[in-house]
Amino acid sequence: MQYNWFDRNLKWIYTMPAVIFVLVMMVFPILYTVRISFFEWSMSAITPPKWVGLDNYMTLLKDTRFWGAVRSTMFFTVAALAVEVVLGVAIALLLTRDFRGKNVMKTIFLLPMVSTPVAMGLVWQLIYEPTIGAANMLLKAVGLKPQLWLASPDQAISSLIIVDVWQWTPMIALIVMAGLATIPTDPYEAADVDGAGRWRKFISITLPLLKPTIMVAAMLRLIDVLKTFDIIYATTQGGPNLATETLNIYGYVLGFQYFKLGMASSLLVLFFALVMGLTIVMIWMRKRMEGRYE
Amino acid sequence: MKRFRKLCMLTGIWTLLVSVLATGCTGISYSGDKNGELAQPFLGKTITLVTANHPWADAIRPLLPEFEAATGMNVIIQGFFEDQLTQKLTLQLTTGSATPDVFMYRPLQEGKLFYKNGWLEPLDDYAREDAEYAYADFSGEAIRSATVDGKLAGIPVIMEQEILYYRKDLLKKAGIPVPDTIEELISAVRKLHDPDNGVYGFIARGQRSPLVTQVSSFLYSEGGDFTNGQKATINTPEAMRAFSIYGGLLRDYGPPGVINMSWPQASAFFAEGKAAFYTDANSIYKSAIDPARSNISEHIGFASFPAGRSGTRFYNITSWGLAMNPRAVDKEAAWAFIRWATSKEIVLETQRKGNPGARYSVWNMPGGTEGFPKEMVEVIKQEGAGGVDHDRPTVVNVAEARETVGEIVQRVITGDPDLQQAADKANAALQAILDKEAE
Repeated sequence: MQYNWFDRNLKWIYTMPAVIFVLVMMVFPILYTVRISFFEWSMSAITPPKWVGLDNYMTLLKDTRFWGAVRSTMFFTVAALAVEVVLGVAIALLLTRDFRGKNVMKTIFLLPMVSTPVAMGLVWQLIYEPTIGAANMLLKAVGLKPQLWLASPDQAISSLIIVDVWQWTPMIALIVMAGLATIPTDPYEAADVDGAGRWRKFISITLPLLKPTIMVAAMLRLIDVLKTFDIIYATTQGGPNLATETLNIYGYVLGFQYFKLGMASSLLVLFFALVMGLTIVMIWMRKRMEGRYE
Repeated sequence: MKRFRKLCMLTGIWTLLVSVLATGCTGISYSGDKNGELAQPFLGKTITLVTANHPWADAIRPLLPEFEAATGMNVIIQGFFEDQLTQKLTLQLTTGSATPDVFMYRPLQEGKLFYKNGWLEPLDDYAREDAEYAYADFSGEAIRSATVDGKLAGIPVIMEQEILYYRKDLLKKAGIPVPDTIEELISAVRKLHDPDNGVYGFIARGQRSPLVTQVSSFLYSEGGDFTNGQKATINTPEAMRAFSIYGGLLRDYGPPGVINMSWPQASAFFAEGKAAFYTDANSIYKSAIDPARSNISEHIGFASFPAGRSGTRFYNITSWGLAMNPRAVDKEAAWAFIRWATSKEIVLETQRKGNPGARYSVWNMPGGTEGFPKEMVEVIKQEGAGGVDHDRPTVVNVAEARETVGEIVQRVITGDPDLQQAADKANAALQAILDKEAE
């Protein structure tokens, strides 16, 4: 009797833990954030949240600091992603060729990815230190002028992009290497018969066949770069002069330093919409490309 | 059989889920022995104390068993890093938790917000009604720092003033006396600035928010303040002069990259012998003279904050206090602990270990000063009475107000050509914070 009931409802019972988990840990917080974004609340125990309608959103949309954060986020994301994808593919191509010490090289290339971002942030802060840092020593050694790096409002964000590229290019390379391994050899043999050169083979065979893989890698990385928090918080905390304040950092500041929970929530809702929008664009691009090469 | 296996698997999944959810987070806790045959008024009671990872907590920890033996109380103590402490307290107090019963907090940073949010029990009645406690013995500035809306929101534990750290050897070599005024300080900094030989003239905090407390003494000494009643005053000529002096010193005579330095970096820089002058709180002197960093620690001198156009007006504030959770189950027990921890005897003990306390009488006891360098004691005694009772804008939203002020100084450091415009904008932002809070 009982067994029958279980049997009939197995699909529900098996999926229930996962469904409950998703509801409790993801759907509820998101809906709660949306709700709080219409209130003004400092987490007070005596003053309850005050309904302010769309005020938080209006304030944010008029806030130059918010738009600065949007700009920083977009610049950081686009620049870091572009460099990482190009370098990642290049490194993957190099590492799939046969040479001595290939495996050692592979391991070394992958090391930055496995290190802890906050610890790396602190290390890079030392590297970028204008007086005693390794970066300036290197510049001096080759006869260039020392730079301010993270201490300059103009260079700070580029300096952070370098850190992100250093740390995350290996991830792209890793995924692309996996993609390269699945490319069949016969198109190359056919191309050899037709007398195609190396470059031609890369453009006409490798790249098209690799595109879906690259798109997946880029999309995973896109979502990650957008929400970069650790290395920025560990090095500049959004400074100097807000030059490196991304939406994530600003949201953190609003919520946990200014205690403007409503404002922080509305920022996160806007950020959520942005991430969602970009992801949809990426998926659409991927679908279009797959359609073309299939 | 198959069905049985399915059932087993099902049970397994659920057990796993429940056990994962049920695994709570447990903090590191310490509790001393609780025995002793004295009359123990709080026998069997337990209170939770949450502290910052601060030398004061290290000093109080070994004294707890004695308190527990005398009262029969069991004290659970948990320590957190500064940033985490605020988050931990915020979360716990928001949910209306009865613990921690007693906690360390930063009156000027969080006091107003915490009080407004109903997270701090007013302690006036406890402290004033108790003649033995000698409430009048506390420094007036310290008490004012810890007072919100006329109520005592916490008991001062650590006091600090801004002082001038300097290199005796460099001054002596150049034949320069210790500067008494900001003017003299600027000219001394200029003379000793020698980056080619690894010594910068001046170092202090350059990071946006952390610098605000240290520029405050410059601001007061030049005749300004962050606010005047309900009016923001950070674009006045006095304020502009103070910000230009502080930011200018860092820009022209500070190391490159100073804009990213808070006190840990700045004090380390000074301790390594790379700067001639350094202004910061006296309470961090141990980092500034850290003998492990270099061999110049013996050459470090301490002086009172130099005088500006309006005289010597340094901040003199409570940087850490002890507060009681209004939802604590046993407030008598919580007060008994605060009373003990801030009594003359215990303040003497913690002060011996280098924690500058807020009780006058302890500074006049022979043991009260032995935790500090002799010169420093002179400065503290001199600065201990008087001064300004705040070192940052006294608003509810301190964090935002600090960043607003800090931006002006950072613009001085980066050499913004249109400073007045930036200051006017910042002033309007600070005014908006004040107006919002006055509503």
